[in-house]
Amino acid sequence: MALVEVRDLCVEFGSVERPVQAVSHVDLTIENGEIVGIAGESGSGKTTLCAALIHALPRTARVSGEVTFDNRSILTMSPRELRKLRGREISMILQNPMTSLDPLFTIGNQMGEVLSARGTAARALRAREIELLRSVHLTAPEARLRQYPHELSGGMRQRILIAMASATAPKLLLADEPTTALDATIQEEILVLFREIRDRFGTAIAIVTHDLGVIRRICDRVIIMYAGRIVEEGPVEEIFGAPRHPYTRALLASIPVLDDDRVVIQAIPGQVPNLAELGNFCPFAQRCPMVIDRCRGESPPANLSAARHRTFCWRAGEAA
Amino acid sequence: MTAAAQTGADAFVRLRKVRKEFGPPRMLGFGSRRTVVAVENVSFSIPAGSTFGLVGESGSGKSTIARLMLKLEQPTSGEVTVEGRDIFGQTAREVKAYRRNVQAVLQDPYGALSPRLRVRDIIGEPLAAQGASRELISEEVPRLLETVGLAREAGERYPHQFSGGQRQRIAIARALSVHPRLLVLDEPVSALDVSIRAQILILLRSMQERLGLTYLFIGHDLAIVKYMSAVVGVMYFGRMVEIGPANELLRRPLHPYTRRLVAVASMTEPLGRHRLTDELPNPLDPPSGCHFRMCCPYATERCVAQVPPLRDTGRQHHVACHYFEDIERGTKAETGPQSMSADAATPSS
Repeated sequence: MALVEVRDLCVEFGSVERPVQAVSHVDLTIENGEIVGIAGESGSGKTTLCAALIHALPRTARVSGEVTFDNRSILTMSPRELRKLRGREISMILQNPMTSLDPLFTIGNQMGEVLSARGTAARALRAREIELLRSVHLTAPEARLRQYPHELSGGMRQRILIAMASATAPKLLLADEPTTALDATIQEEILVLFREIRDRFGTAIAIVTHDLGVIRRICDRVIIMYAGRIVEEGPVEEIFGAPRHPYTRALLASIPVLDDDRVVIQAIPGQVPNLAELGNFCPFAQRCPMVIDRCRGESPPANLSAARHRTFCWRAGEAA
Repeated sequence: MTAAAQTGADAFVRLRKVRKEFGPPRMLGFGSRRTVVAVENVSFSIPAGSTFGLVGESGSGKSTIARLMLKLEQPTSGEVTVEGRDIFGQTAREVKAYRRNVQAVLQDPYGALSPRLRVRDIIGEPLAAQGASRELISEEVPRLLETVGLAREAGERYPHQFSGGQRQRIAIARALSVHPRLLVLDEPVSALDVSIRAQILILLRSMQERLGLTYLFIGHDLAIVKYMSAVVGVMYFGRMVEIGPANELLRRPLHPYTRRLVAVASMTEPLGRHRLTDELPNPLDPPSGCHFRMCCPYATERCVAQVPPLRDTGRQHHVACHYFEDIERGTKAETGPQSMSADAATPSS
């Protein structure tokens, strides 16, 4: 049994007559100790999907389908059970390390709060805090504990958040755009930390990002989302080496590559569709170079090409 | 300083030993003066009709250079010339002409357009400021919209009715409205979705070919900067550490900082080859010698003592590293990094 199983998940916002499906009929699994990348552009539903995994959607959202974590159904849990789960078995890291820490309290103070809420004894707090800061390779941890967030760089703050998120050796770590606000060389260091956490605790990590470079660098598996749906999913080498969905291909062709002397890039024509206007057919149909009539009539089912490589495209079987 | 990229007599834009400090003005004699040197001794030039790419992390001074070019800041010392004329010694009339000749497209297409104006007024505003007649403006605006790939009727709508990529097209149309010769592009695609970026980059390149524009392109994504630029300059913490033709510099980066950037971007090295460090230069208390020494695997005591000058490699490529020859040959021992605490400046606990 996989750690996380999502079955036919739909998340709708807006009026019942004209709903906006932010997440539409999504199936996915995350195994223990796996690093999964969830890629998509803004409005693709990746953040909503993430919020659904911990049942932290706004109250206005209408959810259907099933999400199980470790054989427990998340969507039917009581708030009390959820509180026990979050921060212990599931941790989360958000995009902006500048706002995830309270500017009025020292690092030691904020780490202490998190640790004692999860059962660390008061006299063991300081030692544990120092140990955690060491685990994310911060130098002079004793001095860091007395500092305020504004005294630290973005990369250091993100490391502190990672230290806090990994304090309970969670089974699942959700990271929503964890490196987007950081410079390239700092990004790399944060990714190293993620891998260390996985190796140390066997934590499954889901990284939500629009940056395919990050996914290629660290993930085992990637899920490509477009307009609220999964369009392609599979092992990283396969998706980057031999993408099968026209959207994935177009996306990869639109990114300039560094080690190519004469760089040619291909733009994807058109805009991301308006979710409210999408019917029950392929969301990429209006921008797709391979579109056929059927694409505008019916949603494509999963086309399995290899173990765990799914493509949602009517023509996935033919083209290479 | 011999390469054409640096001195070039036919340069359209030329920066010479530009320095920019931020802090209290010199006249105020009280308290200790704590200044931050945002840009230090930066020189480069851009030939007419070509693109100079500027790369660096946040805080490296690249946006300060953009602001200097736009005359939003004055340099503390040094000289910026455009077409041979010092842009900080202009008459009122020359200033007005300069504002027409130099336009900007900035990172955030949401903040760049006033939500209260119709697109036609946004695009027409620079023209009106230059004294164009209403008739001319109402003729020009639909033409400009078409040039950047939007419908002629789009002028009647408001910015919120457009997506990020379309807004960036509007910002480009506005910049082009007064027939500028130089565009300052400060991260123009960073805020856009991946699938839209390519559209804007292709648009910018075709505009350059068609109109003979000169670009200063600022970015942090090496592949995009390479796609756009003929010559690339790499800044680290206020200084130019490497400068050279885009292909040469990115294929054969010589400065340890550039090498690291390229390694990260091209994924040629396994993840985690570099030691994690959290010591970054503090702008209020900058390290002596080379600014990169606290993160550099090759740093020595010489890097603590001496600021490395930009030296010519003989391939129109200049590098500010004491050891670039040895590093290129692969014979430089890994002696670094040289931390701040090594020179006993900061207690570590």
